[in-house]
Amino acid sequence: MTELIERADAPATATTVELSMQQAINRALRVLLAEDPDTLVFGEDVGALGGVFRVTDGLQKEFGDQRVFDTPLAESAIMGMAVGLAMNGWRPVPELQFDGFAYPAIDQIVNQVARMNYRTRGAAPMPITLRLPSFGGIQAPEHHGESLEALFAHTPGLKVAAPSDAGDAYTLLLQSVRSDDPVVFMEPKARYWDRKPVQLLEPTTPIGTSRVVRPGRHATLIAWGAMVHRCLQVAELAAEDGVDLEVLDLRWLKPIDAAGLAASVARTKRAVVVHEAPLTAGLGAEVAALVTESCFRDLSAPVQRVTGFDVPYPAGPLEPQYLPTIDRVLLAVQRTLEY
Amino acid sequence: MPTRRPPSPQSPLRGEGGAARPVPSDDEPEGRGSIAVDHLPPDLTRALYRHMRTARDLDAEAIALQRQGVFPAYVSVRGQEAAQVASAAAMDPERDFVFPTYREMASALAYGVEMVGYMATHRALWHGGLYDVMASRFGAINAVVGGPVPHAVGWAVGERLRGDDGVALAYFGDGASSEGDVHEAMNFAGVMAAPVVFFCQNNQWALSVPNHRQVAGGSVRARAEGYGMPGVLVDGNDAGAVYQATAAAVARARRGEGPTLIEALTYRVEPHSTSDDPGRYRDEADTERWRRRDPLDLLRAALVEAGHADEESLAEVDAAARTRAEAIRDGVAAAPEPDGSELFTHVFRETTDELTRQRRVWQEEVEL
Repeated sequence: MTELIERADAPATATTVELSMQQAINRALRVLLAEDPDTLVFGEDVGALGGVFRVTDGLQKEFGDQRVFDTPLAESAIMGMAVGLAMNGWRPVPELQFDGFAYPAIDQIVNQVARMNYRTRGAAPMPITLRLPSFGGIQAPEHHGESLEALFAHTPGLKVAAPSDAGDAYTLLLQSVRSDDPVVFMEPKARYWDRKPVQLLEPTTPIGTSRVVRPGRHATLIAWGAMVHRCLQVAELAAEDGVDLEVLDLRWLKPIDAAGLAASVARTKRAVVVHEAPLTAGLGAEVAALVTESCFRDLSAPVQRVTGFDVPYPAGPLEPQYLPTIDRVLLAVQRTLEY
Repeated sequence: MPTRRPPSPQSPLRGEGGAARPVPSDDEPEGRGSIAVDHLPPDLTRALYRHMRTARDLDAEAIALQRQGVFPAYVSVRGQEAAQVASAAAMDPERDFVFPTYREMASALAYGVEMVGYMATHRALWHGGLYDVMASRFGAINAVVGGPVPHAVGWAVGERLRGDDGVALAYFGDGASSEGDVHEAMNFAGVMAAPVVFFCQNNQWALSVPNHRQVAGGSVRARAEGYGMPGVLVDGNDAGAVYQATAAAVARARRGEGPTLIEALTYRVEPHSTSDDPGRYRDEADTERWRRRDPLDLLRAALVEAGHADEESLAEVDAAARTRAEAIRDGVAAAPEPDGSELFTHVFRETTDELTRQRRVWQEEVEL
């Protein structure tokens, strides 16, 4: 149902294939490596192993160890090397293995990658796409379940994407890597293995375009990454009670589709934003502010936020209690409807 | 936190009682009072002198501009001209790439960077400078002192991937040698056999912290061994020695034999910046000893000794250097301030609706 809607503008010729998200991203990387000989894929274990999630599986074999290569284990140097490669005319697609390991590279990402075009007044663009397996939900060790989107979105000079399903991961990665601006591409690990029939489509909308993955009338659920799936589950359940929820997949966390948010919430008059990251100074606050600015007179209730708690990302058994649950989202929907 | 003192007696970099000391030589613990340049072509040695003289004069002009309030602050390169000019002169601005931090004015000058654009950063007209980084093949001025070092490795790896023979040179100091990025970069370069010259100007002071509280083991050069590359210690006040060491490292990298670490021992004879007060942390008697071992005086004497120049021709060079330094000074003092709209121009290649909206806010509420 949702696939039909999200792909409503798909060309009739687009073929449908059954793929997991990690396979779809692999397909996109193949396309990108094939179409532009300056594109390079590198990081820890991306070569012979094919990445810990097998996202780069087979790429080194197909494109050679000059285009797809392993680096030593040092995230800051991986990103620093990407800067130097970009200054030498390459289009780097580095991978940092897990979200929490982006912290050691924050100086290069924030102080160098994000600012080099600005610092050099456009002489040294940074067409770098950082692939970052992100978010939680897989009961992984510490530092393997973090949500860094607010940090990156807050950084001038970076763009940030977070796909929610296999087909859109393919399209968004093509768009990110072809962009001459640096993009942090946050891949929701919890959806990597979600397999379904998808269409592999070229990007047709500008960077910063959201999409309605389920239309509805009574409230808009706003989410990105794995939380889009969670919101679709909530919408199915709410529908049983006659509550018709719209689900808006933000896709781009910078730039945020303010017009898309406004269009949806102006219709539904209620908004609930859902994210895995902690509440305080999370991106939900930015979404709430944008919705309030654009829809203040239309809103029937304050924007609700359902998020992770302001605690370090917890270990396995506590993870389901930390991440926004279906019940918590339903309660927020109830609050906004009863306000 | 306590630090390990005193240094080991075999360390070449340490004096007693916490004071830094001049570079030693085999027979003269207080350092040599002269250098020789007979082994180098006269055209080269004269060019080194010309650049060093110009940098010295420009440095003095910059300090004066700061005193006059034209520059908010300035970081002097005085005493480091040989290390900077002679290393930059060993690079080929047509095919190589230099990655500076923030105290490489003399390198920029010797490498052919457009100097009004370079000095503009000290007038705070634009972080990173106003020269064209890519056309100059000289990276943007960077205040994160370890940050550009892995950039050099990436650039160099990119050169090898393309099958070209350019070499990257990364400048950093004894302070930056503590940064993780420097270590990561050296390891990457060692593993990938990247054509990089890691050029450490050890001026013995990381702002207020001396070598013995900065460099464990007493030697930056010694770290090369751990990263599988040659390490070279060179007298940073001997322009000929610096040139030779750098040229050898560049040639080695160009032959595909990988990176080299050079530690050029010199001394920061001026304060860290015009905002600094070195009387609070060091004995200026040591600084005076280093001032007497001035790299420009050493080279000048060596040029005459080798018959590469005489006093008359040097006086002409001095006059030309002064004229050029004054022209750069006048150029940077007269350079226009950037237009406020440039706040927004280069944030992205493809700007965003939100940034366009904020630019409108600027126009309506700030520009007026």
